[in-house]
Amino acid sequence: MVDTAPVTDWSTDFDVMDPEYLTDPFSIWDELRQTCPIPHTDRRKSSWMPLRYEDVTAIAHDIEHFSSLKVAVIPGDEDEDPNADFDGPNLEYGLPPISADPPLHTWTRRLLLPWFSHKRVDSYVPLTRELCRSLLDGFADKGHADAAADYAQQIPVRVIARILGVSTDLADTFTGWVRDVLEFADDAERRQRGAEGLLYYFIEQLSYRKENPGDDLLSELLHTEVEGQPVDDGIVLGMAALVLIAGVDTTWSAIGSSLWHLATQAEDRKRLVDEPALMPTAVEELLRAYSPVTMAREVTEDIDYAGCPLKKGDKVLMNFPAANRDPEAFEHPEVVLLDRAHNRHVAFGSGIHRCAGSNLARMELSVALEEWLARVPEFSLADGEEITWAGGQVRGPRLLPVIFP
Amino acid sequence: MKIRVDPDKCQGHARCYDLARELFDVDDYGQSSVIVDQVPAELEDNARLAIANCPEYAIEIISE
Ligand code: HEM
Repeated sequence: MVDTAPVTDWSTDFDVMDPEYLTDPFSIWDELRQTCPIPHTDRRKSSWMPLRYEDVTAIAHDIEHFSSLKVAVIPGDEDEDPNADFDGPNLEYGLPPISADPPLHTWTRRLLLPWFSHKRVDSYVPLTRELCRSLLDGFADKGHADAAADYAQQIPVRVIARILGVSTDLADTFTGWVRDVLEFADDAERRQRGAEGLLYYFIEQLSYRKENPGDDLLSELLHTEVEGQPVDDGIVLGMAALVLIAGVDTTWSAIGSSLWHLATQAEDRKRLVDEPALMPTAVEELLRAYSPVTMAREVTEDIDYAGCPLKKGDKVLMNFPAANRDPEAFEHPEVVLLDRAHNRHVAFGSGIHRCAGSNLARMELSVALEEWLARVPEFSLADGEEITWAGGQVRGPRLLPVIFP
Repeated sequence: MKIRVDPDKCQGHARCYDLARELFDVDDYGQSSVIVDQVPAELEDNARLAIANCPEYAIEIISE
């Protein structure tokens, strides 16, 4: 059982699922950065959590000592044999390239990257814009909406489904599965439900596409050759599931957090409405200030890092969101500056695992905000209604009731 | 001013390309490269902006 007692000592016993941490991790990071910039916990698994920009980026680049084979922040059943009691494709590769080290990482990443190049992403703009508009049509006249559930959550999953070549009718089912594996991984039943849902859905899709190839990502992965060999079915399966998992919760969280910021900071909202040319820097700044994604690494051999005795098998939670709030790396990191000119943020990671979908994510975030502000330029939080935040691997609002004239 | 992108450091964040398309191009894999021999004087600020936004510190000034 996972220890869920309230945290009393954040340096030695932190818990990223603590309710206080979920709503306001920022002040906890700020305090720890002063006293203990790499806190430790034994909850779930022995884990360290670097909070300084310098440490997070240094560890991300040291792939020899910090492996990506186990990247889950909530470890769940990751130490069990994925092929036990299963006689389908080989599942030992996990979700490459994210859960891979070179050389598997290198070639699986290369297969994905062209699907998310600038050129391709530009071609997804019209469908994204149309989708945002049709969602807004559904509530813009009503005076209230849930900016997370009715809007943010609905966008990335449909865009990704189109790219993968799977049915957008199943958007809510996909969202449910992805949430089960990422947000509810402490709950063995939900985690398993999500993982099996994804697994069996993609197994079926792959066998259909072997016979009926289209011009989608899944079909291409199935029919491509690497060094004269087709790609192993287990690897294709992992890559397909990764694209869905990585492309959904993350971007939706970024859209939701950005709308939360604009709902609570009227000055910024007005400024972005009056000066739409600020959108590119605003998007980077919102990504910096509300970075959604933390990824784990596994320590490959006993080493001391910055005075911490890391043991082989320990986890390191790569807190990109905290790195982006480090005063050593950003002037006044606590302030959201929509025109921040120097912004070396690492919301999309650092080093060889840099988010393969970053061009797509940036496009979706800016189109979603542009369309929202065009239709609903004035909005604020609905008084007295509950806002909930998911956290752990991916942080963002899940319920965000807002009102508008 | 002359600049270059260190291909071993560049990881394809594409911040330079987003900030200064007159100076940089990216390929289908996100690898960025400089497309001018000399940075025109009026674009030097853009070059510095790209340098200051690269999360991998991959852009170097070869000569001022
Ligand atoms: C705002 C939205 C997003 C954020 C903040 C984000 C963040 C990240 C981060 C931090 C990593 C690095 C993981 C690591 O170092 O272990 C990553 C990897 C990845 N992301 Fe994203 N992501 C977002 C959206 C997307 C989208 C839309 C896709 C679409 C396919 C995507 C696909 C991937 C893939 C495939 C990887 C693995 C890359 C590799 O291991 O080489 N992400 N993402």
